Amino acid sequence: MEMKERIYMISAIVEHKPGVLYSVSNMFRRRGFNIESISVGESEQSELARMTITMKGDEATVEQVVKQLKKLISVVKVSILDSENTVARELALIKVSTPDARVRSDVINYTEIFKGHIVDVAHESLIIEITGDTDKINAFIELMKPFGVREIARTGIAALQRGMRSVKME
Amino acid sequence: MPRMSGAKALIESLKKEKVEFIFGIPGGAILPVYDALYDSDMKHILMRHEQCAAHAADGYARASGKVGVCMSTSGPGATNLVTGIANAYMDSSPIVAITGQVPRPFIGKDAFQETDIVGVTTPITKCNFQVRSAAEIPKIVKAAFYIAYTGRPGPVLIDLPKDTQTEEDEMNFDEKIEFRGYRPTYDPHPLQVEKAVQLLIQAERPIIVAGGGVKASNACSDLVALAETLLAPVATTLMGKGAIPEDHPLSVGMLGMHGTAAANHLVQDADVLLAVGMRFSDRSTGNIKAFCPDGKIIHIDIDSSEIGKNIKPHVPIVADAKRTIQSIHNRLIQKFDRKERSTWLNRMQTLKNMHEEMIKSVGDGIKPPALMVEIRKMLPNDAIVTTEVGQNQMWAALYLKAYKPRTFISSGGLGTMGFGFPAALGAKVACPEVPVVDIAGDGSFLMTEQDLASSIAWKIPVIVVILNNSMLGMVAQWQRLFYNRRYSAVDLKRIPDFVKLAESYGAQGSRVQSIEEFRAAFKEAINSDVATVIDVPISPEENVLPMVPPGNALKDLILS
Ligand SMILES: Cc1ncc(C[n+]2csc(CCOP(=O)(O)OP(=O)(O)O)c2C)c(N)n1
Repeated sequence: MEMKERIYMISAIVEHKPGVLYSVSNMFRRRGFNIESISVGESEQSELARMTITMKGDEATVEQVVKQLKKLISVVKVSILDSENTVARELALIKVSTPDARVRSDVINYTEIFKGHIVDVAHESLIIEITGDTDKINAFIELMKPFGVREIARTGIAALQRGMRSVKME
Repeated sequence: MPRMSGAKALIESLKKEKVEFIFGIPGGAILPVYDALYDSDMKHILMRHEQCAAHAADGYARASGKVGVCMSTSGPGATNLVTGIANAYMDSSPIVAITGQVPRPFIGKDAFQETDIVGVTTPITKCNFQVRSAAEIPKIVKAAFYIAYTGRPGPVLIDLPKDTQTEEDEMNFDEKIEFRGYRPTYDPHPLQVEKAVQLLIQAERPIIVAGGGVKASNACSDLVALAETLLAPVATTLMGKGAIPEDHPLSVGMLGMHGTAAANHLVQDADVLLAVGMRFSDRSTGNIKAFCPDGKIIHIDIDSSEIGKNIKPHVPIVADAKRTIQSIHNRLIQKFDRKERSTWLNRMQTLKNMHEEMIKSVGDGIKPPALMVEIRKMLPNDAIVTTEVGQNQMWAALYLKAYKPRTFISSGGLGTMGFGFPAALGAKVACPEVPVVDIAGDGSFLMTEQDLASSIAWKIPVIVVILNNSMLGMVAQWQRLFYNRRYSAVDLKRIPDFVKLAESYGAQGSRVQSIEEFRAAFKEAINSDVATVIDVPISPEENVLPMVPPGNALKDLILS
């Protein structure tokens, strides 16, 4: 029976110390799991970090990923986030060419519609900061392409479950 | 808190873990530790290659059930340990490897003999540590031993920058260790136990498959008791060999690519398969899509990532093997009143008889299956047998019966040629009272024979029986069966005179041409106080049989 592939979000609480990101990413590589994105940062407890991993796969693969993550000694807690009850956001910085005033005003207008911010202004370019789910960011980037996108930096998804459900250490 | 150097703290910590032996080789980056060792009464066994140090620690661990310790310098010393660490990882053997490292200020500068051994060993250790300050050493050593030994056992590496070995600090040996991300589940879930019991009660054709986890959790006698109640045959994986005495009426030997006809057919025909502490490796299952096609599978393992990795069980149980088997058995006795299972067990007996037939030798010269039987007859029940890798290993697994747990030691997961001899040295150090025999191939033995020197130097008298076909025999067998006899790079052409080789180290050597000569030489070897190498010429045309060709289901095996 072939199982359907889809995008999964996994939230992992890990020890905040050197080598942890390496052991996690190395495990993904060696077991042939494909990560779409991974983001790491301090969590609500300073000695623990939260990793948000998005990956494409079928149910059995994702189950294995969770088990293999749990097996790593430096990984404290792991959950699959269900997309209905999860807030997932990504931040992107996009540098766009603005050779003349007309382009510049178009870009600024679009940025406002997408609730982005202009965070750097130079003679021939702007840097736009935009947050949202992956679809929104992709849509915005598509919109900017005709103007000339020079550089993009994306953080990957950070996600938390809504309400009182949580993936945290008690 | 006592003040001392990191090196001294390491030795003190090892003493607290009751370490008696360290297998190792010194070098620049680990000198302070060796200096501290000079004043200690801990026994260091100087090996001739770090790979052998790691395998010896592994053999020691498998024979004794305790953690084995190996040690090396940085760079090449550490990388030489790698094969041994990978081997211990695949076979879930608890060892702690200690490596020197360049001083902290030099790390990352490509200093002399700097290798990122923590990076290298991340995928082949259960966990690894690099010491950042001397004061961490007691805690890290405690953690390393705890992690290596508990849950699913495995290797742990501690990397010690040289300046953390010389740094002095107040040492706290009583600090508690706590792991937020490591809490093995020991107790089985009662509902899962109940489901397993239900399946077993209804089973008409049950079989138990025991893996290395049964030995690791000391569950062997519990497993045998359950099998007896259930009237179920017991097959083992290579790693599980010895979990049931192989002269037990319910023992059917090893399953898999070179499994017995009994184990392979019964596994295929079973309606309920109870798998304990095994991981459904490709060598055990044959074509996994055709594995136990009509059976319901109960899978017990302490490592949850093994459940569902290769096969989806009907009843998964993540827990310690011993506790689970005991729970299942306790529940089962209350409801189970079956007194016989004649059709299934008669079939078992017929298949087992086929196996005995295969031992009867035909033709000239010494036949390996008969030789294995002979060796078994001459050894006491608690003697330890290790193997190299290849045909020698499979002949030993098939025809040299193991009667007790921890008496059969072989490189299963990694299949490391050169493992058997240093592992035998480690096993002999752990169990000096019993004979220890390495069943070897000529190719494998040549990979680690230099440690005959350490066996003499440290008075570790093991016996090496070389099944000498002047060939990389197992590879030749595959070329014979699957590559139309196109023998490519398997003829060793020029092998040393193993008798002279042994003698040059101060060991004993002999060459035998018949079973009678073998008996005499082996008897002498058992009583010898130096290592003995017995060279047994065999035909290069021998095949190890039975064999399930790769890709086949277990029932499609070649018998002759
Ligand atoms: C370190 C290592 N290198 C290569 C192999 C591949 N290999 C598997 S069996 C084998 C032949 C072993 O020959 P020998 O030790 O003489 O044993 P025999 O099969 O003849 O009993 C080889 C080369 C291996 N398992 N390990």
